[in-house]
Amino acid sequence: MLTLIKDTLTSQVVTLWRVFSHLWVKADTVEYPDEMPYMFPRWRGRIILSRDPDGEERCVACNLCAVACPVDCIALQKTEDDEGRWYPEFFRINFSRCIMCGFCEEACPTNAIQLTPDFEMAEYERQDMVWEKEDLLIDGTGKYHDYNFYRVAGKKIGGKDKGEARNEAVPVNVRSLLP
Amino acid sequence: MAKIVIDGVEYEVNPDNNLLQECLSQGLDLPYFCWHPSMGSVGACRQCAVKQYRDEDDKEGMLVMACMTPASDGAIISLEDEQAKSFRSDVIESLMISHPHDCPVCEEGGECHLQDMTQMSGHNYRRYDKKKRTHRNQYLGPFINHEMNRCITCYRCVRYYDDYAGGTDLSAQASHHHVYFGRHEEGVLESEFSGNLVEVCPTGVFTDKAFSQHYSRKWDLQTAPSVCVGCSVGCNTAPGERYGTLRRIVNRYNSEVNGYFLCDRGRFGFDYVNSRERLLEPVKRVDNTGELLADDEIKAVIKEFSREGTIGIGSPRASNESNFALKTMVGDENFFAGYSDSESESMAAVLTLASDKAFHSPSVRKIEEADAVLILGEDVTNVAPRIALALRQSVRNKAMDLASESRIPQWQDAAVRELAQHERSPLSILSPAVSRLDDIAADRVIESLPALVAMGHQIANKISGSAPAATSPEHDAVAEKIAAQLKGAKRPLIVAGSSNGSELIKAAANIARALHEDGEDAAIDLCLLVPEVNSIGMGLMAAEENSLGVALDKLSSGAAKRVIVLENDLYRRAAKSQVDSALDKAEKVLVLDQVTTATTAKADVILPVTAFSEHEATYINYEGRAQLSFQVHQCQKMAQPAWRWISDAAHIDDLVERCCSEAPGFAKLRDVLPGENPFIAGMKVPRQSHRYSGRTAMIANVNVHEPKQMEDKESIMSFSMEGISAQKDPSIMASPWAPKWNSNQSISKFQDEVNGELKQGHVGSLLFEKTASGSYFDVPAVAAQPSGKQLHLALSYQIFGSDELSARAEPIRERMTDAYVGICPEDAQSRGLAQGDVATITPTGAPVVVCIRTGVKPGTALLYCGDANISPAEFTGLLEIEKSAAQATSRGISSLIVSDFQEEEI
Repeated sequence: MLTLIKDTLTSQVVTLWRVFSHLWVKADTVEYPDEMPYMFPRWRGRIILSRDPDGEERCVACNLCAVACPVDCIALQKTEDDEGRWYPEFFRINFSRCIMCGFCEEACPTNAIQLTPDFEMAEYERQDMVWEKEDLLIDGTGKYHDYNFYRVAGKKIGGKDKGEARNEAVPVNVRSLLP
Repeated sequence: MAKIVIDGVEYEVNPDNNLLQECLSQGLDLPYFCWHPSMGSVGACRQCAVKQYRDEDDKEGMLVMACMTPASDGAIISLEDEQAKSFRSDVIESLMISHPHDCPVCEEGGECHLQDMTQMSGHNYRRYDKKKRTHRNQYLGPFINHEMNRCITCYRCVRYYDDYAGGTDLSAQASHHHVYFGRHEEGVLESEFSGNLVEVCPTGVFTDKAFSQHYSRKWDLQTAPSVCVGCSVGCNTAPGERYGTLRRIVNRYNSEVNGYFLCDRGRFGFDYVNSRERLLEPVKRVDNTGELLADDEIKAVIKEFSREGTIGIGSPRASNESNFALKTMVGDENFFAGYSDSESESMAAVLTLASDKAFHSPSVRKIEEADAVLILGEDVTNVAPRIALALRQSVRNKAMDLASESRIPQWQDAAVRELAQHERSPLSILSPAVSRLDDIAADRVIESLPALVAMGHQIANKISGSAPAATSPEHDAVAEKIAAQLKGAKRPLIVAGSSNGSELIKAAANIARALHEDGEDAAIDLCLLVPEVNSIGMGLMAAEENSLGVALDKLSSGAAKRVIVLENDLYRRAAKSQVDSALDKAEKVLVLDQVTTATTAKADVILPVTAFSEHEATYINYEGRAQLSFQVHQCQKMAQPAWRWISDAAHIDDLVERCCSEAPGFAKLRDVLPGENPFIAGMKVPRQSHRYSGRTAMIANVNVHEPKQMEDKESIMSFSMEGISAQKDPSIMASPWAPKWNSNQSISKFQDEVNGELKQGHVGSLLFEKTASGSYFDVPAVAAQPSGKQLHLALSYQIFGSDELSARAEPIRERMTDAYVGICPEDAQSRGLAQGDVATITPTGAPVVVCIRTGVKPGTALLYCGDANISPAEFTGLLEIEKSAAQATSRGISSLIVSDFQEEEI
């Protein structure tokens, strides 16, 4: 009985002391949003579509992000310009479903789709969480600055003829008899 | 049977096959490129290398190409051997040296045999750091895209296009690593089967151009097993839908019907489903404008049309269920055939012959086995294209026989071709003009239609004296020769059709009957082609005396007050004046159709009907094979299957059941139904692949709250990704997929052996019972001879344009011509006509383009009616052509592909 009283008193006094002693400790709480936390560049937040170093849309509408997406929240449709460049006619992400897993970024063969450190995506209306290409497309290259898919791939587009991609020889003259 | 050991496991195999075939038949994964199940082996790509051991003591072994090595008894091989594996990996590494790193922007990506094989062989990074060779592409027409950079020079394209399909304008050019596959100059690929290049090419050199314009990956397409509605062959297809529109059609394997290939009409002619000409709302005519019908009004209309005094006109392009529903609604005696009167006559003959014990109606696969063929007056390439491709294979049976004599296996493609050179099984063509099959014909006779009929009877008489005699002295020697060829053949085949009346069918039947009497008791292959997907089904449904002419007379005379026209444009079936007077006289006209036609313009009420991909239906092909076509996607608007508008049946299965028991000849139709739900826990088969993407975003722009998944109460398939995957039961598998095999080559995983039937597969159900025994037809009286400026008429058909619905598809339109009349240079000269002139034809006075062809019989005019308002029913055997001052029409005849087109003099 005596031990019980002793233990209880000790425990309460210690607890009071702990609380009291914290008056002189520096607070951990960050005064968000007045004070913004540092977000690491590879944080997986809001998804963007980037442009290549030439300022053209990087996305070629290959559909790999959509198929990699575990919650199927990406939908797009391929279309093509007059000179053969593929791009998405529409590109839609339903952020109310997105789990920020980053699989889309990992699947993207052109570094077009990227996750950014922005996490401030709350909306009052769920419908506002559906983002179209106009909302997603940024004007820069995002995290990856140099890669330009069409400069590597051997498909002819406006401004890049056959044989002008990286590591390509000039087109073969089929009629030539030379070796 | 032989026994071979593969990696220590013993397998029972067929010694006539090669090791690659047997490895695939046994379900093993062995990479390959140049081999194709229907084209045999040439050993070009070196990808299927395996280790073969002399005997059990041989530990070294040697590398052999599996596709070039027979699966002989006692063979011991290894697929897993390290040397074999590294050889295969090195081969693919060298094939990939110049591959252009463009999978993301390649239409083949995701269903690419090259991707699969590269993964399977374990090649990852390009070590070679020299430059990639590049090629310029060619324009190959509205169907096919060309991207030569992707080529790995397996030669499959030219082996298919030239050797298999008989094309002449695709070739391998240049040499060494510059080899180029293309045309000698840019231009439309001429073959009617060019679309198969898309599936034959193991990578993305040849891709579907129309599909690319609204591209989706294979895994994103909602598919279901379907049947092509382009002609009467009934090829099996797998249409794919995404975002509510039909995107493409690919081949679906059926061992008895189309095998691995489709024609271009079937592959590219579906676009009308998405077209603006579709009827999508029920409307009634009010002062020459359409007004939307409310539900209760529709009920009232149906009630009104259920009363006495209504007749129904069926349709050869509508399903059995819709025709049956109409027949039940109006009563047997008021149900009329939906094709022209001349076709009624032909159909009567075809249906009588179908139940005759003396004849056998061959499937496409069986046609390939024929060793002597006679084509009587039918332009097979343009009427039933897939059969023309099969006929091309039939003439190779001589080569196969020669190969067997020399003990060369049949799969040794190059060796068999080298041995046979130009030796072919006899194929004779009797027609009014040259045709696209002439290059394989041993004999061909160009004659007017009455002369062809006489010649047919003459051949019959020469085979068996009991057949009625006819004389055509000019061609006596050829007739003698053809008769001898047919008599000497093991499996002779006679091909005719209803394109030009019933007399040719009767002559063909007489030849087959003569062969039957002459030979042993075996039934003779008699292939009678009919024009449309369900011509046979419609023919079985309508009583013989209930022809369209009778129906129109009933309306004009007032004996019938109301008419229901089912999926039919009557102006294509009967003379304009006749249809006009009938529809004007009728009190009320109800038309159910998919698209706007001249007939819907006359309708008082129009009810919109779903297209082939939007409903489940059964069709009966030329040989009496009933096949089930599943619904692929929902119609976005108010169209419904025709039977749903006019019948109270709740379910298509009910209608099929009733059709089986009530309609004569349909008893076996129920065999095509999947039967009692064979699936675990009542789960359905998903129409969407297990990788279907975008489920929660596709319609999120409309409403972020996803609706409940669409239910399908009709069939055993569901509009979702969930359920028992179709791979478990290939009888309802639209698009084959197996682990490691994303391309259509995965079909070998579902065949009981390579080229065999699908495991648990459904090849359709043959409806006709062979019970009757008939007798010879009489030789017809001599036909009316042309007088003055008249010419014999022969109706001509075009693969692109003659079919009513596919002619509304955009890619097909680019290949179509205007209505034309084909005459020989002499006839043109005597009438003062030049190539491309516009002429009018009597009796209708319709304008047609003059097409001067050197291969047309003098005195005969070929009339191609086009999609314009010329009804073949207006003409009776003779035709007059007058030069007209009218301007040249929009399309002209520039896209006509015939071998005998007379070039303009310069």
